Amino acid sequence: MEIHKYEKIWFAAALVMVVLFISSVAYGAVGAGIQMVDDEGGEINPNEIGEHPKFEGFQDVAGTEASVTQVNESHYEAQIQANHPNFFPGEITIPEGSTVTFYITAGDVIHSYDIVGTNVNTMVIPGQIAEITAEFEEPKEYGVICTEYCGELHHEMEGKVNVVSQEEWDENYTDDLITIDERGGDN
Amino acid sequence: MGVFADRYPDEAKVVRAALASSFLALLIGGAMGPLQTLHRIDYLRIMPSESYYTVLTLHGVALVILFTIFFLVGFYQWAVTDSLDRPAEDIRFTWLWYGLMSLGALMASLAILGGFTDATDISASVLFTFYAPLEAHWLFYVGLTTFIIGTWLAGADWFRSWWNWKKENKGEKTPLRTFMVLTTMLMWYLATIGVASAVLFFLLPWSLGIVDSVNPLLTRTLFWYFGHPVVYFWLLPVYMIWYVILPQIAGGRLFSDALARIVFVLFLVLSVPVGIHHQYLDPGIAEGFKFLSASNTMFLLLPSLLTAFTVVASIEHGARQRGGEGYFRWLTVLPWRNPAFTGMALAGLMFAAAGFSGMVNAGMNLNYLVHNTMWVPGHFHLTVGTAVALTIMAVTYWFLPRITGNPIFSMRLGLVQVLTWFVGMVLMSNAMHRVGVGGEPRRTADPFYDFEFEGVIGSIGELHLQIGLGALILTLSLVLFFIHLIFSWFGISSTTKITSEAAIRKPLSGKEHAPAVLENFRLWVAIAAVLIVLVYTIPIASIIVDGGLFGPDVAPVRPDHAPLFGLSGLSLSTEWLVAGAAGAVGAIAAIAGVLR
Ligand code: HEM
Ligand SMILES: [Cu+2]
Ligand SMILES: [Cu+2]
Repeated sequence: MEIHKYEKIWFAAALVMVVLFISSVAYGAVGAGIQMVDDEGGEINPNEIGEHPKFEGFQDVAGTEASVTQVNESHYEAQIQANHPNFFPGEITIPEGSTVTFYITAGDVIHSYDIVGTNVNTMVIPGQIAEITAEFEEPKEYGVICTEYCGELHHEMEGKVNVVSQEEWDENYTDDLITIDERGGDN
Repeated sequence: MGVFADRYPDEAKVVRAALASSFLALLIGGAMGPLQTLHRIDYLRIMPSESYYTVLTLHGVALVILFTIFFLVGFYQWAVTDSLDRPAEDIRFTWLWYGLMSLGALMASLAILGGFTDATDISASVLFTFYAPLEAHWLFYVGLTTFIIGTWLAGADWFRSWWNWKKENKGEKTPLRTFMVLTTMLMWYLATIGVASAVLFFLLPWSLGIVDSVNPLLTRTLFWYFGHPVVYFWLLPVYMIWYVILPQIAGGRLFSDALARIVFVLFLVLSVPVGIHHQYLDPGIAEGFKFLSASNTMFLLLPSLLTAFTVVASIEHGARQRGGEGYFRWLTVLPWRNPAFTGMALAGLMFAAAGFSGMVNAGMNLNYLVHNTMWVPGHFHLTVGTAVALTIMAVTYWFLPRITGNPIFSMRLGLVQVLTWFVGMVLMSNAMHRVGVGGEPRRTADPFYDFEFEGVIGSIGELHLQIGLGALILTLSLVLFFIHLIFSWFGISSTTKITSEAAIRKPLSGKEHAPAVLENFRLWVAIAAVLIVLVYTIPIASIIVDGGLFGPDVAPVRPDHAPLFGLSGLSLSTEWLVAGAAGAVGAIAAIAGVLR
C-alpha cells in the first residue's frame, strides 16, 4: 500500500492530538480533582426510600420538611427525592462557606438535579443514589432545575438552594438543625 | 453509460421507495422543528406545553431514525447494485425488508401521533431515547423492532449479493462502495444488539404487563450502547458520499482507495465501545469506566481526521484538474454554482465546527457544564442536522436524475436551498450553544424559571431571537427543498429524459494498492467484539448485580397527554397565523418563479 508523505504527517499529528486530549481528561480527573458522579451512592428501593439508612427520617414525598443535616462544623448533608414534577424538599438553605454532600434519588422516573451555575449536575435514576459534594462560598440564591424529560410537566420542575450569610444562618436556621448524631442513620 | 434507472429498473424502484419514505419523514419531522422552536422561546404557542413532548418525540424519531435510515437503505441499495454491477439476488426479498421497515415506521409513528388525541389511549411521548420508567404503548416498541429487523434483512440482502459476486469474481477485491456498505452493516449488527435486547427482553414485556419491573439504569445503558454507534449509521453513508461522489463532482478523483477502507474499518472497530460517554453524569457507574469510554471516544477522532484530509485532498486534486493553481486560489475554480457541491462543502465545514463542540461533550470533566443543556442540540444540529441532513439534501441534486431519469428542476433554486440551510443553521446552532453554556436546558417546553440564566455574549432574549430567526430560515430551506424534490422527481415542467450518466472515476491510488487484510471482515468483527466485551462486561455486570436484572419493582409511568386541539395554549390570533401562512406561500412561489 502506498501512503502519501502528507498522509503520514497528518496521521501522526492526529495521533498526537488524541493523546493530548486523553491526557487532559486524565489531568482533569486526577490533577485538578474534578469530582464525577459515580457508583459511591449505592442502590435504593424507590418504593421504600425512607427505609434506606441514608434517607432515614426522611419523610416520603409530600410530607417532606427535612432540610439539611449537620455533619460537622462546616459540612452538611442533604437528602433529596425527585418525583415528577417536584423536588422534595424543593428548597434547602445552607450557610456560606459550607460543604454539602447531596444524596439524591428518584421515586418515579429518571430526572436530574442541576444547581445552575455550579458544578452540581447529576442524573437522578430510580434505584440509584447520586452522591455529590460541593462547596458554597458566597451567599447566593441558586436555581435548581430538572434537565431530564420526566413527564408532561417536566418544565415546571424546579427548586432552590439558598446560601445565606453566617449571621442569617445563626439567627434563623440553627434552631431546628438536626445533627448527624441526633438523626442516627449511618455515617 | 446508461442511467441507473434504465440499467436496473427494479432496483431503482426500491431505491426510490426508500428515498420517498425518507423524505416523507423529513417533511413530518421537519415541520415539528419551527413549531417546537417557537414554542420554547415563547414566540408562538399553538399547543399546550404538555403536547410539546409529543411534538419533540415526533421530531426526534422521524428525523434521526426514519429520515436518516430510510435514506441509508435506499442509497446503499444503489451503491451495492451499481458497484457490483449486478441485480438484486431476489427482488422480492428486497421488497420484503423495505416493507418491514415501512410497517415498523408506520406503527411507531401512529403510536406517537396517538399522543395528540384523547380518542385513544395509545401514546409514546417518551422522546427518541425512551428511557424507562417512562413508558410508551407497546405499538411503539413493536414498531421500532420491526423497523430494525428490516434493516438487518437489508444487510443480509447486500451480503448475499456480495457472496455471489465473489464466487464469480474470484481473487478480486470488493469494490469500494460495497466494501463501505458491508463494514457499515457489520457495525450496525454489533450496535443494535444493545437496543434490541433492551426492547425485546425488558421494555416490550414490561409494556405488555408480562414483567412488572425494569432496571432503569440497565435499559438506559443498553440504549446508549446502541445510541452512540447509531450516529455512525447516520454518518457513514455521508462519508461514502464525501469519498466517492464529492471528488467526482469537483472534477477529480478520490485520493486513496486504501485509506478510505481503513477509515471504515476503524469505524467498525471503534464505534461501539464508547456509549458510556453519554452517561458521564449517571450514578451507578464507576468513574473508571467513564474514563475508559472518554479515551476510546478520543480515538474515534482518528478516522474523522483522516477523512478530512482525504476529502480536502481529493477536492484539491479536482480543482487542479480544472486548471486551479496556487496555495488557495484553486478554491475559486471549484463548481460553487452546483448545489450538490456547495451543499456538501458547507456540510463538511459545519462538521468541522461540530468537532470542537463535540470535544467539550466528550471531555469527561467538561461535560457536566453542558450536559442536557441546549448546547447539546446545538452540537447535533451541526452533525446530524447539517453534516448529514444537508449532505443528503445536496446529494439529491446529483442522485435524483440517476434514479428517476428526470433532470433537476432548477440548480439555482438548489443553490439557494443549500445556502439558506447553512445560514439558518449557523444562526440557530450558534445561539443554542450559547444559551446552553448559560445553563438553559434542552427538552423543555418552557425554559423560564424563577431565576434567569446568564447568556454568553448577548442576553438570553437576544439569543432566543437568533434561534427563532434561524429556525424560520431553516424552515424556508426545507420548503424550497420539497419544491425541488417534487418538481425534479416527477419531471414536472421538463420534457427531456436523462439517458446517460458518467461512471464514477477510479481513485488516484486504486484498490489494487489496498492491503488484502482489509477484506478480512471476520478479523475486524472479532476485534470489535473483544473491545466491546472488555469495555462493557464489568459495567453491565455490576449494574445487574447491584440493581437486579429487573430492578427493584419499578412501575411504568405513561406521560399524560393533553389533546392538541384543545387549543388552550393559543397565544396568537388566528388572523396572524393565516396572514403569515399566506405571506409565506406567496414568498415561496415568487422565489421559485424567479429562480426558475
Ligand atoms: C427546520 C429545521 C429544524 C429546526 C427548527 C429544529 C429545531 C430543534 C430544536 C429547537 C430542538 C430542541 C428542542 C428541545 O430540546 O426542547 C430540536 C431537537 C432535535 N432536533 Fe431539530 N430542528 C430542525 C431540524 C432537524 C434535523 C434536520 C434533524 C436531524 C436530521 C434534527 C434532529 C433533532 C433531534 C434528534 C433533536 C433532539 C430531540 C430530543 O431531545 O429528544 N432537527 N430541534
Ligand atoms: Cu424533569
Ligand atoms: Cu456518543
